Amino acid sequence: MIDTLALLTSILTITLRAGASLIYGAIGETYTERSGILNLGVEGMMLMGAVTAFATAYYSGSVWLGLLVAMGVGATLAALHAFLTVTMRANQVVSGLSITLFGTGLASFLGERLGPASNNFNLVGMVGPRFSPIEIPGLSEIPVLGAFFKQDLLTYALFLLVPLAWAYLYKTRNGLNLRAVGESPQTADAMGIDVIRTRYRYTIVGGMLVGLGGAHLSLAYAPGWSENITGGRGWIVIALVIFAMWNPARAVLGAVLFGGINAVQFRLQAGGATTIPSAYLNMLPYLVTIAVLIAMTWWEALSHRIGAPAALGTPYTREDK
Amino acid sequence: MTARITQPTVSPPVLQMRSITKRFPGVLANDRVDLDLYAGEVLALLGENGAGKSTLMNILAGLYRPDAGEILIQGRPAEIHAPRDAAAFGIGMVHQNFMLVPTMTVAQNIVLGIADLAFVPDLGAIETRIRELSDRYGLKVDPRAYIWQLGVGEQQRVEILKLIYRGADIVILDEPTAVLTPQEAQDLGRILAVMQAEGKSIVFITHKMAEVIAFSDRVCVLRQGRVVATKRTADTNPRELARLMVGREVLFRLDKRPAQPGDPVLTLEAVHANNDKGLPALRDVSLQARQGEILGIAGVAGNGQQELAEVVTGLRPIKRGKLLINQRDLTHCTSLEAIHAGVSHIPADRVGMGSVGDMPVADNIVMKAYRMPPLARQGVLNRRRILDFARALIDVFQIATPTPQTHVKFLSGGNIQKTILAREIDACTDLLVAVYPSRGLDVGATEAVRRRLLEQRDEGRAVLLVSEDLDELRTVADRIAVLYEGRVMGVVNAEEADVETLGLMMAGASDPVIGDAAADPGTEGGRTQ
Repeated sequence: MIDTLALLTSILTITLRAGASLIYGAIGETYTERSGILNLGVEGMMLMGAVTAFATAYYSGSVWLGLLVAMGVGATLAALHAFLTVTMRANQVVSGLSITLFGTGLASFLGERLGPASNNFNLVGMVGPRFSPIEIPGLSEIPVLGAFFKQDLLTYALFLLVPLAWAYLYKTRNGLNLRAVGESPQTADAMGIDVIRTRYRYTIVGGMLVGLGGAHLSLAYAPGWSENITGGRGWIVIALVIFAMWNPARAVLGAVLFGGINAVQFRLQAGGATTIPSAYLNMLPYLVTIAVLIAMTWWEALSHRIGAPAALGTPYTREDK
Repeated sequence: MTARITQPTVSPPVLQMRSITKRFPGVLANDRVDLDLYAGEVLALLGENGAGKSTLMNILAGLYRPDAGEILIQGRPAEIHAPRDAAAFGIGMVHQNFMLVPTMTVAQNIVLGIADLAFVPDLGAIETRIRELSDRYGLKVDPRAYIWQLGVGEQQRVEILKLIYRGADIVILDEPTAVLTPQEAQDLGRILAVMQAEGKSIVFITHKMAEVIAFSDRVCVLRQGRVVATKRTADTNPRELARLMVGREVLFRLDKRPAQPGDPVLTLEAVHANNDKGLPALRDVSLQARQGEILGIAGVAGNGQQELAEVVTGLRPIKRGKLLINQRDLTHCTSLEAIHAGVSHIPADRVGMGSVGDMPVADNIVMKAYRMPPLARQGVLNRRRILDFARALIDVFQIATPTPQTHVKFLSGGNIQKTILAREIDACTDLLVAVYPSRGLDVGATEAVRRRLLEQRDEGRAVLLVSEDLDELRTVADRIAVLYEGRVMGVVNAEEADVETLGLMMAGASDPVIGDAAADPGTEGGRTQ
């Protein structure tokens, strides 16, 4: 009994930690897509966030500076996406994919160049400062729920960020305007909302959060840098946003689901209690994501719910004749 | 309907537009336009489609920037760069396609984008204020309803409320009655009167003479981007306005011989079909169109007309019921089978569905005939024959295009429609389905389209004409069926149909006066408007 509780607590702890970067990414991408901009560059931006966060923290000794740089890098790449798709009216899918390709390549290149000379300039294998889990005395000893109180600072921050992100979107003037821009830019424009500025603003804010998600990977979840540290999490984020129906609060559910399966398969492998080849276990989170996505989309279609922002993916200009 | 008496205007205009010029690629939309608007008046902006009415008002609303000219508000120059500036000057516009976010509530839509809205808006207080205003102006609407739940008339009321809520003094309405039943249009007239009494100035854009006379104090007529006349409504008449609008004497006449209906071509038996959202769009529809007759379909947009046309042309599956073409069961036919059965289709969306903008006129014209020799053999196209074929039809249908190779997107709306007509009429052997065929066309092109429809009828084909223009239906069709929420409310003979009766049926009253007009629908000659 005690053991089961301990196991559950430990699985939930890992679940939350594994889900944190996804939640940051999903909130960011939700905001971006709510403005009508689809950013498929998440994977590349996350990787760039992870590598720059770690490198900065490694040399400066400050995780906070690392965090800041990762957010800046995410914002810069997002601003590039916004320039291409909002101002130049480029195809959003193509632009996003380019940013992922560019970010993935550059992150991997930087990982092999930014390291110390002693390690042949490679960052892989270096140990730097990190956000360590902080156990809150008393609360962290509660069985199972105690998992919520043995997290790192970035995960704790989500306890605040998620409700705020939700309330901002649904309860404030800015959230109303943002949703209008994504649903009907013509209407928003006619109502005096600056569509261009709104799209830039939330694409960049989204990029900052995605960069932050990347930083969580290299500074907290799996401290250090390794090639492809995201393991495709950028893509999972995009799936999560759909799964969450563009609602930041619902994104948590998806992230916990993904993180949970990750934690369980991790446990299974670590415990050696299974004969299932590890390749299949590694696959599990992704397979479940696909299955859930299909089921969700199906269900939404059956119940005639309106999901995606109506103007998602379409550029806007006023004087279209 | 009589014109209202205007108070003599002594105060200076609240709004002056001076020498406004606006160019779009290849088009001079507004050419040195001058316009004055006085406090508490209703000004009608009359003109054909493409005359530049909407462009001029979009400039005022801040959606377009003029290339030249200036705007004075209360005598002072006003720089309007964006809708936000227009709102600050008290200018609000109800656009033709409504500017509403369907997934938001009425209250959310009304406060959307207001600059000094609280960071966390108090929706309760906002709803109370909306209720007050809606009582005062007789604009009945539930502030908590979602826009997608509302009918078109209600959505228009939300649009007007939105402007009043924001304190607009100058209200622009772009073709407000186009989407309304005649009764709803009368309600709108009452609302305008209340607004006028509250001191608001109103500009409404229209191309319907009757509305100018009924609603306005003054009228400004635009033609090809220029102001051709500004008159007090009391000093003019429909005939003069029509002449000013078109630039020549207009005869509201169409030579129409009595119909000589033969065997049924199209038969629908208790047809049910869904719309794109999977909701019932056609319910228990039974109709018949015979050789040599035009069956008109009336109804407020969105009551199943679109789906009816798609069912008949094999584009939409039938859930229940039967579709017969020349007594052949085509209930579950594909669109190609419908084409082979001799059905032609002039779709409502002529740019999206009726033509391919990035392809030459010639290719658009042969898009149905290309399968047959001599245009193609064993799947290989014969370009020379295709061009000859296209040239012949361009000639017959008087399509104004520089060459047969010109891409369709460079043609005017009227000529795009003629291109579609050429293709569809050439291929038509039995049934012609025409959906809003004259919508947005100028008088000349409209006349051409209507003549072609009558010509098809006189050659013994059946024509299904879907239209929102009751005058068009009464002039061109032989019988008129009215659709309301996917049901046939009744079928009346065109010459017995008065606007009042049709209007009631369009609003859901089942055929109030006339019984089912299955009787011989012979008509007398031309009819005047």
